Amino acid sequence: MGLLSKKDAKLITDPLADNNPITIQVLGICSALAITAELKASLVMGIAVLFVLGVGNVVISLMRNIIPSKIRIIVQLIVVASLVIIVDQVLKAFAYELSKTLSVFIGLIITNCIIMGRFEAFALGNGPWKSFLDGIGNALGYAVILLIVGFFRELLGSGTLFGIPVLGDPIEKTGLYATGYENNGFMLMPPMALIIVGLIIWVQRSRNKALIED
Amino acid sequence: MEHIELFFKSIFIDNMVFAVFLGMCSYLAVSKKVSTAVGLGAAVIFVLAITVPLNWLLDQYLLQPGALVWLGPEYADYDLGFLSFIMFIATIATMVQLVEIIVEKFSPSLYNSLGIFLPLIAVNCAILGGSLFMQSREIPSLGLAFNYGISSGIGWFLAILAIAAIREKIRYSSVPPALRGLGITFIITGLMGIGFLSFGGMLTGGDEEEKPATKIETTLKKVDVEEAQKEEIAKNTKTIQ
Repeated sequence: MGLLSKKDAKLITDPLADNNPITIQVLGICSALAITAELKASLVMGIAVLFVLGVGNVVISLMRNIIPSKIRIIVQLIVVASLVIIVDQVLKAFAYELSKTLSVFIGLIITNCIIMGRFEAFALGNGPWKSFLDGIGNALGYAVILLIVGFFRELLGSGTLFGIPVLGDPIEKTGLYATGYENNGFMLMPPMALIIVGLIIWVQRSRNKALIED
Repeated sequence: MEHIELFFKSIFIDNMVFAVFLGMCSYLAVSKKVSTAVGLGAAVIFVLAITVPLNWLLDQYLLQPGALVWLGPEYADYDLGFLSFIMFIATIATMVQLVEIIVEKFSPSLYNSLGIFLPLIAVNCAILGGSLFMQSREIPSLGLAFNYGISSGIGWFLAILAIAAIREKIRYSSVPPALRGLGITFIITGLMGIGFLSFGGMLTGGDEEEKPATKIETTLKKVDVEEAQKEEIAKNTKTIQ
């Protein structure tokens, strides 16, 4: 990579797998799982967090020397809240239906622990460029998990991907449904998202024994 | 009646943890021991009971479209709804600080047990989520908003208490090594969520759930009938031929 030094590249690639914000750091599960019943919603949520975390990390990193440490949480909350308002207004203007599906969960990005966690752990102690890369990396790690969960839930739950039927038509009994396959409506229920994340953690930790907890 | 209905609905059916996954971060991080879980749960009930009614007042008299009409008729067109995120989070952050100071002053013993959790709570999604759901579900009165705050707090308290108790016991069972700790907690929470789904019919008598099911059935039946008719027609045409 010509643009990024090895250290900088690591800031982006680390959170994708071995230091994933959801499965390893356990941050940001709050607003993540309820919206993963559809792949489209997961993608939009991922992009929203990417924007908020990337820009927010830079802003906080630029202000890190002038924020008094006693009121830093409130300052951070105000920065995130302003960014989230931008995302919310843009979604309402250009994708109204989607913003209805995501409802309060866009607002809940404000209290998404990934954002506060990265502000506290990284942006307050590092320069803007590094913080930007760290923000992008962590948001991508978050988006990857959302997309995996969304993929399985939409495929097994309604037989579609991005709303396009891929397994045939369940009513006309074409494609896979002709062999007697049925959609598993249970996958659309909220608890299944948790179980899928549990299984992802299982797979990840079996592959990388260093991550196993006692 | 509507108070009782809302109370049980927010504890069991719309449970903060199992139905909408709010406050999962602290739910997973602080549920290793029952005693700390109780402390955090109590703090959540307390803060929700204060912030939800306060934010209800803000929403009614400041943020909703036309809410500024009490200032005079020329303000009726204003809609400050886009400010709700920032107003809610500012209220929550200041209230949490205020509560912390007051509790520290008047009840040091309560502060010792609750105090360390209070700063954590400002960024707990369950608190902001409570206010945002209060707004999006259009809760009609201040009393009901107070009720909603308390009861969803109790729902969260129950959830974290249950998972902490389970995690204390699960240490003695042989979980596959890769699932230990976080993985199994996720799966147990999922299973508990499935259990809580069964409360869904508690208030509606199952009506709400049955309606879409019957719709699907009728469409299937229609198809069946059409197919049967087609077959009959095919048979008839064969016999005619």
